[in-house]
Amino acid sequence: MEKKLTWKELPIGDILEGGSSLKFKTGNWRSKIPVHIPEKCINCFICWISCPDDAIIVDAEKGKWSSFNYDYCKGCGICAYECPKKAIEMREEIEK
Amino acid sequence: MPSIKELAKRESRFVSGHRLCAGCGAGIIMRLVLLAIDKPVIASCATGCVEVASTIFPYSSWKIPWIHSAFENSASTISGIEAAYRVFKRERKIDKDIVFVAFGGDGGTHDIGFQALSGAAERNHNVLYICYNNQAYMNTGVQRSGATPKFAHTTTSPVGKKIPGKIEWQKNLGEIMVAHNIPYVATAIPGRWNDLINKVEKAIKIEGFKYIEVLSPCRLGWPHEPELTMEISRIAVETCVWPLYEVEFGKYKLNYKPKEKKPVSEWFRLQGRFRHLLLPENVKLAEEIQKEVDRRWEELLKKCES
Repeated sequence: MEKKLTWKELPIGDILEGGSSLKFKTGNWRSKIPVHIPEKCINCFICWISCPDDAIIVDAEKGKWSSFNYDYCKGCGICAYECPKKAIEMREEIEK
Repeated sequence: MPSIKELAKRESRFVSGHRLCAGCGAGIIMRLVLLAIDKPVIASCATGCVEVASTIFPYSSWKIPWIHSAFENSASTISGIEAAYRVFKRERKIDKDIVFVAFGGDGGTHDIGFQALSGAAERNHNVLYICYNNQAYMNTGVQRSGATPKFAHTTTSPVGKKIPGKIEWQKNLGEIMVAHNIPYVATAIPGRWNDLINKVEKAIKIEGFKYIEVLSPCRLGWPHEPELTMEISRIAVETCVWPLYEVEFGKYKLNYKPKEKKPVSEWFRLQGRFRHLLLPENVKLAEEIQKEVDRRWEELLKKCES
């Protein structure tokens, strides 16, 4: 998690840097974690388009599924539900 | 429409790190709308879940010029920007082709932002207005709005001995926008993302004011299991509670006709706010809803046929 800025470090006015929310990780909201099963995956990208958090990384050039971005995945499970091949499983997340 | 793999090549302009709930429908809608547009975008946003969750100071999830000024004036803010752009273009100070999009929740569109929306539509600014309709004031704690369906439980229309949830019907804002004689009005859902992307693509090619209303399932306020967001929006279409149609220059077109129209109880079943309608003592209430859904559906079919 990024350190919170003090009032002296905050930018003046309310103009925010575009896309700066990437500095704020929402992955710790998660209680269930999506796990990818590559043998079942057909690289249809439906999980990618269904993710509210843009937390699925795909290799668009090769047309291949890459990985979950666990820094931001909130564990909603939409990807697992929408997957036509059941290639994503939601598992209990165990703290390491 | 570009294929999903071509869409994946586009840059994501609504990025991770926003603080919408896990499984929020609005997050999907914002991503899809921006993915569908392959041009520079300037957006305004009414106060609401998306504004509150995507621009928590000092962060922003938007990779486009984006402005929030108040709850009621998403449409008038974007009108001003679009008007300024037209002047700049005329004076040859700018030559970029820019798409103007206004976002608003149902509160900021149906209720508080209605006069700004109506004015912008009447002036026919070249703007696309996207209403993500989650059918109540969700970010302030689920209060009823003009878009809340009849008999839905909210904190200001609680189900109890006095009332069985909200006692009024919801506004049909799509029809009100059609009555403004704007060039394009459509409804959409996140669950049929190709339909939504098609509609956004089509809308931005049309000159004038465009209005697309997208049903945005809310796992907090409806409440439902977070993984069902897309599925619930599809059930709304299958039960004809939320028909998918578009109106281009006054001409109605139905985009999807369910093979077998499902009973509204299917729509109630997955949501806490309608749980009471499944009880045996409330059969009459459920029937009332079914009757009205049927009536509106028949009316829409007639409009689409003529």
